[in-house]
Amino acid sequence: MTFEPADRVDRVPPSGIRRFFELAEEMDDIISLGVGEPDFSAPWAAREAAITSLERGRTSYTANRGKRELREKIARYERDYHDLKYDPDEEVLVTAGASEGIDLAFRALLDSGDTAAVVQPCYVSYVPDATFAGVDVIDVPTRATDEFKLTREALERAGAAEADALVYCYPNNPTGATMTREELGEVAAFCREHDLLVFADEIYADLTYEHDHASIATLPGMRERTVVFNGFSKAFAMTGFRLGYAMAPPQAVEAMNRVHQYTMLSAPTTAQHAAIEALDNCREEVEAMTEQYDRRRKYVLSRFEEMGLDCFPAAGAFYAFPECPWDDANEFAEALLQEQRVAVVPGTAFGEGASGHLRISYATGLEDLKEAMNRMAAFVE
Amino acid sequence: MSSRREILDLLRENARYTTEDLANLTDATEDEVEAIIDDLEAEGAIRGYQAVVDWNAVDETDGEHVRATVELNVALDRETNYGDIADRIKKFPEVTSLRLVSGDYDFDLEVEGDSMREVSHFISDKIAPIPEITQTVTHYIMDSYKEQGKTFDDHDDDDRLSVSP
Repeated sequence: MTFEPADRVDRVPPSGIRRFFELAEEMDDIISLGVGEPDFSAPWAAREAAITSLERGRTSYTANRGKRELREKIARYERDYHDLKYDPDEEVLVTAGASEGIDLAFRALLDSGDTAAVVQPCYVSYVPDATFAGVDVIDVPTRATDEFKLTREALERAGAAEADALVYCYPNNPTGATMTREELGEVAAFCREHDLLVFADEIYADLTYEHDHASIATLPGMRERTVVFNGFSKAFAMTGFRLGYAMAPPQAVEAMNRVHQYTMLSAPTTAQHAAIEALDNCREEVEAMTEQYDRRRKYVLSRFEEMGLDCFPAAGAFYAFPECPWDDANEFAEALLQEQRVAVVPGTAFGEGASGHLRISYATGLEDLKEAMNRMAAFVE
Repeated sequence: MSSRREILDLLRENARYTTEDLANLTDATEDEVEAIIDDLEAEGAIRGYQAVVDWNAVDETDGEHVRATVELNVALDRETNYGDIADRIKKFPEVTSLRLVSGDYDFDLEVEGDSMREVSHFISDKIAPIPEITQTVTHYIMDSYKEQGKTFDDHDDDDRLSVSP
């Protein structure tokens, strides 16, 4: 017996743009627009709560589902800001980041050989998570001409009617696309008609700029078939705390918790204390950060317009997703890095459907953003 | 937030933003930005544009630079109010800021000079002799970690990955 990857691991190829990542890591004087995490520190009150919890020696495991106080605050926050109503005792599971929640959903709610329809372009973990769980994947490509929104036509074209679950992220990483309540309506109808579960990654729910976030779980007949994922990484800038949560009907949470209790046991305790404080007292910081992102978004979009690069008007998250002026986005990103020392992520990192685009993160200070856009303009010209 | 407030915030962040930058950062057009700035200047809301300088980073050959904050206590009488005293003090070019404050003392004064001796002489020769002034307490600024919202630290503590998909 030798150390060979298990088949299900072997089926997940290493990132095709690994060489690009390695190149970027070797260079230390670059301006990076390639980072998918906030440039702000977590709100001070949340950090203070984490420190206090450590000082008081609160370092033991918590309940598998997460501290009850935290689940209550999550339920209240989701009710107040996203119109979602979940019972903190039976319908909320605190996880180590939204990412753990998504992995749990694949493993706990789908069987090996089941099929998940994954809306593309998407966050890089969904397809590998499905593969690790033995779940087959149908790609559901979205198009720039539809502003990367999910439509009934896209679902039908991809054959998603045959799938057991639909997986998506809106506001979307990497495109910055959002869905309105009306637009989600036709998706919901499709899922009801074809009896699909929905895994709705709403980690960017608080980062919307043109209209309020709408959750598919608020639409008629959808709550009972949807798992909603959220967390503290994006809106609260608490990426390193590794704290998220999943909300779903009791049966789903019970199944996910069964996997969670044998793998993670419970989410990090210190982070849970920080999160309670964040939900209680840090909404103002969330709004201030959102205002900053919006300002940067407008700036980036207008600079792309000046450069003559097509970029649909991203309305959520902190990404712009312009078309790449070269045929090969990998080559473009590498040349931009070498010649102008600006790092952007080639769309190929997010699957074939995204290959003609670049992901630009504006989770970067305005000064750097301005300089990076100047360099990019010089490069494009 | 109104465009006026937005533009003020942005100029406070970086006074070198061009009209074009400001238009790109807000919903206003370049013409609107120009008009707003003209109004703000005319109304006296914008009083000037300055660089934020870390004097420790300035080469010594460019000359020594000394700053002090001075606490001033004053005694008012029927003919003299705070404004009268402020009018006398603010005329000195050595005084870079002057604020009436609440608490243990009345005025908070910031003074700049080319040497400690020069600053000391200014306080003792020009400020202390003003009849209404009853006490001065001078604090020389030894080091500055933050000025006008800008932190002065040289290390780059952004340890995020350069690229993350």
